[in-house]
Formats: sequence, structure tokens, C-alpha cells
Amino acid sequence: MNWKIGTGFAALAMVGMFAATAQAEDKVLNIYNWSDYIAEDTVAKFEAETGIKVRYDVYDGNETMEAKLMAGNSGYDIVVPTAFPFLDREIKAGVFQKLDKSKIPNLKNLDPELMKRVSAADPGNEHAVIWMWGTTGIGYNADAVAKRIPDAPTNSYDLVFKPENAAKLKDCGITFLDSPTDIMPIVLNYLGLDPLSSDPADLKKAEVLMMSIRPYVKYFNSSQYINDLANGDVCVSVGWSGDVFQAQARASEAANGVNIQYSIPKEGTMIWFDNVAIPKDAPHPENATKWINFILKPEIAGANSDYVAYANPVPASKEFMSEEVKDNPEIYPSEEVMAKLFAVPTKEASYTRLETRAWTTIRTGQ
Amino acid sequence: MAGLARVGLTGRRLVIGVPLIWLCVFFILPFLIVLKISFATQMIAIPPFSPLLDWSAGGWLPGVHIDWTNYQYMFSDSLYIVAYFNSVRIAFFATCICILLAYPMAYGVARSPERWRNILLLLIVLPFWTSLLLRVYAWIGLLKTNGVINNFLLSIGIISEPFQMMNNSFSVYVGIVYSYLPFMLLPLYAALSRLDFTLLEAASDLGASRTRAFLTITLPLSLPGVVAGAMLVFIPAVGEFVIPSLLGGTGVTMIGRVIWDEFFSNQAWPVASAVAVTLMMFLVVPIMLYQHFQTRAEGRA
Repeated sequence: MNWKIGTGFAALAMVGMFAATAQAEDKVLNIYNWSDYIAEDTVAKFEAETGIKVRYDVYDGNETMEAKLMAGNSGYDIVVPTAFPFLDREIKAGVFQKLDKSKIPNLKNLDPELMKRVSAADPGNEHAVIWMWGTTGIGYNADAVAKRIPDAPTNSYDLVFKPENAAKLKDCGITFLDSPTDIMPIVLNYLGLDPLSSDPADLKKAEVLMMSIRPYVKYFNSSQYINDLANGDVCVSVGWSGDVFQAQARASEAANGVNIQYSIPKEGTMIWFDNVAIPKDAPHPENATKWINFILKPEIAGANSDYVAYANPVPASKEFMSEEVKDNPEIYPSEEVMAKLFAVPTKEASYTRLETRAWTTIRTGQ
Repeated sequence: MAGLARVGLTGRRLVIGVPLIWLCVFFILPFLIVLKISFATQMIAIPPFSPLLDWSAGGWLPGVHIDWTNYQYMFSDSLYIVAYFNSVRIAFFATCICILLAYPMAYGVARSPERWRNILLLLIVLPFWTSLLLRVYAWIGLLKTNGVINNFLLSIGIISEPFQMMNNSFSVYVGIVYSYLPFMLLPLYAALSRLDFTLLEAASDLGASRTRAFLTITLPLSLPGVVAGAMLVFIPAVGEFVIPSLLGGTGVTMIGRVIWDEFFSNQAWPVASAVAVTLMMFLVVPIMLYQHFQTRAEGRA
């Protein structure tokens, strides 16, 4: 190639780059969401309606996503952090931009009660809307548990937190989420303490309880239990509601005779919210705003919930769901149960450090 | 060219300079960044730590902000030292197993007929064509309680109860040895293929037994390959995170997990960096000392 033509091309390319940023956004949207967390055809429907090409990446833990956001320039337009502690501290760090509410008319579809619950992380709901919400509870293999404990208290955390029960379940396998912020508040609540407590003495009591059942725990992991429950490799998992329902679905698809159930324990448990938000340095904020408006349509939200078995924040979407999802009290709990569910706002960094350290002791059993 | 030579840019300097620049950009610079973060204070911001230089006071010189507490954590809690020794122990034994497995294999390849060698070498590097993650996942399928190996042994009646091969140190060793074996094999092969096998013939002509010939000729001459392979296996194995987190149990914490916890759970990038810098010091300093004395010993000889 001639030297002059070469520089000509380079100059042209640079002009093109500047022109692209000056003009309207490219028809592209970069989404970073949890794995297995959306109906199979939602992205295709959005692309057909708006002509925007979606790049869809997935992660399996808040931590991975948060590290990318905190490093800056993640390149993503939409991310889905859990309200506490992640969205909370990410908003404090200034990661997200405010939503342009005038361009999201479907905000009116949101359940105001639920949005009020996340406003502790996002005052005034300025930065995020709920994507899905659910509970942390007990997933269990009904037959395997009944064989070992005839009148098993499957509707209570006694099942795993009473050493005599845990000991009987050891051979078929107890698992916990590998996340202190998900498990420790539940232990505090079970002990009759305040789950929001950041008193090291309370943390110590929770650690003592966990250590008393530690010999009977098979592993701590936040994703492996889905498959292991479904295959019958483990029989009780303290995990996220939708994951347990996925295990249930996989077991019935495989027709392997494994009967998986989920229960919200009567002592009360954690409620969590995953939220859609737009990073400040998002390259396509307008497309992201369109996406948020799109997912708040009742028919889209309903289809997503139907697929992932988690509840969404759009009440009108229920008519687009199957009965197994919308009438399931473990997905959409009664008001009486809802009153016992708690969300745990972010605790201080010094307490988080103690909590992580206690968790290392529990996880290693040393 | 004469002009370039006048400013000192000769061919020889260029040849040395390129790797030097490479080392600076991809090794020293990242290390300096990590070192810098290890002296910062954790805070809720982007990025989540304080800057090293503070210009807010004005004037010509910035204030320097150095936080030593990140390093103090490492001595206030036995967790870090225990995790460090766990990592070194596992990496050490995995390296030993790799040497024992790779030596006969490399020897076999080096002594095989010329036309077979390339095929055998290809087979050694073939696993790299599949992602490490997939290969480690495949081991889960093989080793787990309901896995391929247990089901096979149960079905032919050799065992009545499944072996517990997953989520313990056995599975971690299997994963590390399997993944790093080629890194041991290739330098060993390089050393052994350069070996002049007529030396062995000479030794046997002079009446040395096969064992004696091996111990006095083959082994010492292949030692550089063993050392190079051991470095290539041991150093990454100490910091290994993926294999223990997928295959390992919860009983033994390696240093990779500790750094992960600091970085992701505590969002404490400075403490995570301090742990990483300390690990570097523990690893690099002994290796550099070893190199130093090695070259001195060679010089004297």
C-alpha cells in the first residue's frame, strides 16, 4: 500500500471514531447479568423491537462483577447487583448514574412496597430497579431426609442448625452458600439475635453455632449445589430459592426419582433483591434505559419469572405466568411470611472483615 | 545505520533491549502497581483505595500517603502464614510427583525413534487445545461420588462403597499434577534430547551398571531440565486458585483463596495486594538467592 493512502485511511478512521461518539449511540447494548437468569427469548424480543444488538455476558457472583465495576471502564451498560451489601456500597462509591425516569414510563408497573425495601440501599430509588427477588431458604431431597429423620422439621432451620438433626443428615450431605453475608444474618436471627447486628459478640455466638454443626457440613459453595441436589449427591442445601427450583426442574426432567422441595423456614429468613442499574461510564446509557423500560413490561417480566422461578417486582406480570410459579407460596410468600423476611443493609468494613474471618474459620473448620 | 550507532542503538543492544522492555512492561510495572496499592487505605470509591500521592494541599510536592496496617494484618492473624505454608506444601509435593511422572515419560520420548518423537510431543501439548476450566470440570465428572470411576468400580464389584475422591487434597493433587505435567515434561525432554547417548555406551563399555550410568551421567546432565521444570510447576502452583476452588475441599485454605477473600469479600484491595507482595517476596527472594549461589558455584568450578 502507498504510504499516502495509508495515512489517508488512518485519518479517515480517526474522523470516523470521533463522529461516532458525537452522533447518537451505536445500536449496541452490553449486558452483564447472572447466569441462568433470563428467559431464553427475552433478548431476541428486545432486539426485534428496538433494533439494538445485545451482547450478553454472565457472572456467577456479585464479587466478580463488583471488581470490574470498581476498576472502572467495565464497558457494560447494564449490570445486576444484589441490593445488600453490593448495590448499597456501589452507589456510595459512585459507580452508577441516576435513571432518567422520564424515559422509563413502565416504572409505574413496579410494586411500591418492594421498591421501598430496597430504598435503604438506593435512597429514593434513583439508580436502580428490581430485576428479581427471592429468599434464602432450605432446599431438600424430601425422600432422603424423611428416611433419616421421620418427622423432619423441614419448615424450620432446626433441620440444619440443631446438631442432632445435622448429624443424621451428614451421610447424605448438607451444604451452605459460600457467602458470610448471606448466611450469618440468618444464623443471628435463628439465635434470636438481631440479624442487622454488627456487634462482634453476636458474631461470635453465630460462629459457635456454625462450628457446632461444621463436622456435618459437606461443603460451602454457591453454585455446585444446584446440580448436586438434582442428582441426589447432597440432600439439604441452604441456598437461594430459584436455584433450588432449578434443581427441582432438572431432577424432574431427568426423571431420576429425586424429589426436591424448597421451604421458607418459619423462623424467618433473608429476602434479597437483584437490581438493574447503569454504570456511570456505560457507553450506551440510552439503550440501557430502553432495556429497563422493556423488562418492566408485564408480559416480559412474567415470561422471565416463569423461566427462572424467581418473583419479579411487576404485579401485573402474574397473568403471564404459569400457576406453578404465581401460586407457589415459596416464590410469592403470603403477607404473614413476608413480614418475617429481613433484608440486611451493608455493615461497616471493620465488621465485614471480622465476618469474613469468622467465615474462614467456619469454612475450614479450624 | 552509522547515525543510529552514534546514539548507542546497535543491533546487540536492540536484541537485549526488547526482552528488557517486555520484562519492564509485563512484570515490573504490574508489580509496582500492586506494591503501590498495598500501601493505600481501603475506602468506598472507584477505585476502592486511597491515592498514594495527595496533591490537595497544593505546592510543588505532593503529600505521600502510606498505610502500613495492611502488612500488620499478616502478622496479627495466623491465617495468612498457615495458608502460605499449605500452598507451599501442596505445590512442593505436586512438583515432586510431576518430576517422578515426567522423567520416565520425557526419557521415553527422547529415546524413541525420530519419526515418533514429533507425534509424542504433539500428544503432550494436545490437552492445551482445550480450556483448562473444561479439563478441570472433566475431572469432577470422573472423581465425584456418583462419577465415572466410582460407578465403574462399583459395577464390576471391586468396591462396595464409593471412594471419596472429590473435595479433598487427593483431588487437588490430581488437578495440579495433571494440569502442570506438560510444563515439567517439555524442559525435561529438551534436556534429555540434547544428551549424548554415546556417553552411556561408553560407560557400559567401561563396565558401569545401568543404574550407575544413569546416576553418574544421565541424571546430572538432565538436572538443568529438572530445575527449570520444577520452577515452572512450583511457582504457579503456589498461587493456584482455580483448581483448588473447583476440586478442593474446605479443609485446607491456600493463599490464592485468602487473596480472593480479601479482594472480593472484604473489598480490601490494599490488604489483598499486601498479601500478594509478601507472597512474591517469600517466593522470589529464595529463588534469587539460589540462582546467585548456583552461578557462583558454577563460576568456581
